[in-house]
Amino acid sequence: MRYVISHAKIHTDLLQKIQELSGQNVFDCYQCGNCSSGCPLVEYMDYAPNQVIRLAQLGALDELLESETIWICATCLQCSSRCPKGVDVSKVMEALRVINLRNREGRISPDDIEKMTDEEVKELPPIVLVSAFRKLSG
Amino acid sequence: MEYGYYPGCTLKNHAQNFEDAALLAMEKLGHPLTEMKDWVCCGTVFSQTTDDLMLQLAAIRNLLRAEHQGYGKLITLCSMCYNTLQRARDFIKDDPENLDKVNQFMYKEPISYTGNVEVIHLLSLLQNEITWESIAKQVVKPLKNLKIGGYYGCMLLRPKEYAIDDFEDPVILENFIEATGAESVVFPYRLECCGAYQTVTNKDITVKRTFELIESARDAGCEAIITSCPLCAFNMDQRQKETAEEFSQFVEMPVFYFTELLALALGVEWNSNWSKLHYVNPEPYLKAKGLI
Ligand code: SF4
Ligand code: SF4
Repeated sequence: MRYVISHAKIHTDLLQKIQELSGQNVFDCYQCGNCSSGCPLVEYMDYAPNQVIRLAQLGALDELLESETIWICATCLQCSSRCPKGVDVSKVMEALRVINLRNREGRISPDDIEKMTDEEVKELPPIVLVSAFRKLSG
Repeated sequence: MEYGYYPGCTLKNHAQNFEDAALLAMEKLGHPLTEMKDWVCCGTVFSQTTDDLMLQLAAIRNLLRAEHQGYGKLITLCSMCYNTLQRARDFIKDDPENLDKVNQFMYKEPISYTGNVEVIHLLSLLQNEITWESIAKQVVKPLKNLKIGGYYGCMLLRPKEYAIDDFEDPVILENFIEATGAESVVFPYRLECCGAYQTVTNKDITVKRTFELIESARDAGCEAIITSCPLCAFNMDQRQKETAEEFSQFVEMPVFYFTELLALALGVEWNSNWSKLHYVNPEPYLKAKGLI
């Protein structure tokens, strides 16, 4: 894939927004890959956690906002706890989710629950439903 | 009354066994837990964005009410409540502007929150205030011959600033298990995520996680595992149903809340209603070991 890098493409308002929401400087990352090697869900992601940070550095933010990765992440904080550069990767994941969620683009809605049988809903403890809605709905 | 007890929502229904066993065990240890009044759900997960003060309110409202009720320390049993309350507390602790905003929003509460309530997980209380030695002495029914894996999951250990023990090499659950007279078995995946809330939107992923985690425990020699998180318990125990359907070679394993084993060791009688809240009924296992 041909990808042209330019200053204008990298230093955008959107990147600033992501860095503000997450409180992280994505340029701190030196691509060691530690975050991805510890991520328990990396095999289901389209971009590994280190790739998410790399794409953010290169200004490929649309790809990130449309990625599956941010919805697969379970906020387990393993990546964040292992980063030698102190990049809180899970907060970057959250910022990317939140930008979508604030545009009402989420992965779960009350309609999904309506579609479930009473049995299925009853089986789910409050902790499961509340956490899913807090992380995956706008 | 220095210590208040904050149950959180799931301990009043799907994880009633977690709470019942804790209350009975703590009474036996001479440290009864007093439930704080008028608590609300903490929100279960901490909001990790810098600007979302709104999502911190539920947790902070609990801290405010605890403070108003005279509790300087709030005890939690659930790992996720622990994490959420603790991080929300610090989110505004050294931030007078946000503290003020939060208080203005909660103007109907009887007091303004000052930020001074400590949040303590029951395991830390057992370790630091009661001590393993003292617990071991008060055990009347040692859980001899039980080989138990301590499953930490995420929220007791991460972020590392809030870890109840060393975030990469913890021993608190292992020490707990040994104090009950059982044998603790360290298994490789004990610090790994169960898939958490993905269990709603990506059930397949959590089912595979359950398979991997339980197999890791079994390979290491565990006969059962313990947890302090109702979300982990849901994935590790209830999801064994789907795990068995998906993986024909899978063999079920009992999953306990740590308080159930504590209560049992301290001489509390096993309650068959607790078993009903498990997917894998632990009674055959406990019977085989002569404990019930
Ligand atoms: S662990 Fe940190 S420095 Fe290494 S690739 Fe991940 S974010 Fe970058
Ligand atoms: S927080 Fe998300 S990205 Fe990071 S290790 Fe956990 S699942 Fe992977």
